[in-house]
Amino acid sequence: MTDNSLNELAAHQRAQTPRPKMTARGVSVFYGQKQAIKNVSIDVDMDNVTAFIGPSGCGKSTFLRTLNRMNDTIGNARVDGEIRLDGENIYAPEMDVVQLRARVGMVFQKPNPFPKSIYENVAYGPRIHGLAGGKAELDGIVEKSLRRAGLWEEVKDRLSDSGTALSGGQQQRLCIARAIAVDPEVILMDEPASALDPIATAKIEELIHELRGRYAIVIVTHNMQQAARVSQRTAFFHLGELIEYGVTSELFTNPRQERTKDYITGRYG
Amino acid sequence: MQEHTVKAFDDDIVRLRGLIAEMGGRAESAIERAMVALTQHDLDAASTIVAEDKRIDELEVAVETLAVQIIALRAPLADDLREVVAALKIAAVIERIGDYAKNIAKRVPLIGRHHQIEALSVLPAMAQLASEMLHDVLDAFAARDWEAAVEVNQRDRAVDDFYNSVFRTLLTFMMENPATIGEAAHLLFVAKNLERIGDHATNVAEMVYFAAQGKHMAERDRNDDLAEV
Repeated sequence: MTDNSLNELAAHQRAQTPRPKMTARGVSVFYGQKQAIKNVSIDVDMDNVTAFIGPSGCGKSTFLRTLNRMNDTIGNARVDGEIRLDGENIYAPEMDVVQLRARVGMVFQKPNPFPKSIYENVAYGPRIHGLAGGKAELDGIVEKSLRRAGLWEEVKDRLSDSGTALSGGQQQRLCIARAIAVDPEVILMDEPASALDPIATAKIEELIHELRGRYAIVIVTHNMQQAARVSQRTAFFHLGELIEYGVTSELFTNPRQERTKDYITGRYG
Repeated sequence: MQEHTVKAFDDDIVRLRGLIAEMGGRAESAIERAMVALTQHDLDAASTIVAEDKRIDELEVAVETLAVQIIALRAPLADDLREVVAALKIAAVIERIGDYAKNIAKRVPLIGRHHQIEALSVLPAMAQLASEMLHDVLDAFAARDWEAAVEVNQRDRAVDDFYNSVFRTLLTFMMENPATIGEAAHLLFVAKNLERIGDHATNVAEMVYFAAQGKHMAERDRNDDLAEV
């Protein structure tokens, strides 16, 4: 057996026997009277990239945002059920939300660098969280984060340029570097490549592949080919319900549920 | 089945099925006509069959071209993807079946008009079994009917039995009368070709099953090749 097929076998086994990093049990989300998420239970695995797919309005982004309590910022949103990070209830009253969002980082659809230098974009998080003892250590974190985000070689000579002067793809990788800089455990990505051209998209996908294993990664995407390319596990949401969750290669070749099949084959609605 | 939101995708799938159906129809007809040509020693019909095999080869190329195009442009998934992959493999198998029919037609001039060999009288019945298997398995493909595919698979046993029996008969003939060896050897090849057509029909059945069910046919439903040699 070749190394490649052994690697694939190992990846397949990891996909089959997950090591849960986050667990959601019976999660419902309400915006006022409207129920956006209906009783969703799912495990987010440490070693695999998890993709959330589904039509617009199916609740996948809403559910993603419950994983680091981003819905707290929406006035009339209410979350029922239980979400645990390494067994710890993230909706418990004693949970420090700022700390939680450092542990569970987020990358958005539209790159949103701070209107500051490239260096400051990455250094800001570690500085406010007190992760660096001095200038040298902070420089080290900035370099390491930019390297992991695959951006270092492109920006090392112009760290004082504005983050907003970079190209769209570079800005998105800067945002990933910014999320990485505070040493998170989980990275949530909400359509991270939908505003990027195919080359920048490929770089983000390659980056996701490289970051896998170091961080638990959850990606929401409208692009099914992208979900197929980057994830090992895929969850299909429809009308606020989790319809099917399984190994990506199986879900895309032989889905169990009729609704999943209709959606992925383009027969939806 | 519900239509695709992108209607052109449905058109592509319909075209792909149409090409497979045409290939299958031509291969089936080639088998039947080759047997008629053989029993009636019709040299013109035999050379027509040989010439027409080119059309089956062209259709295989058309299936490949369209399947690659569908994969590139439509990115099919789930049962759509399995159907396209199955169509590619089935086209290759039918092309091979066409070659067997052509090979039978090529032997027509080599087997005399006034043959005394009894085996020749049972070969058309054997050919009919094999070509019915092909016909029914392609119907199963069009209908995504995995149960029909399993049923076709089980019929291969009868074709194998035919072959084993023809083999022994021809062997006896050759031993009793060495003057028949030339013709008998050709008839043996004809029987072997028909036996292989049955085997190929079971390969198609396995692809139909995979396309419809998303998993491979269970070992017990597969064809154990019972042809002795």
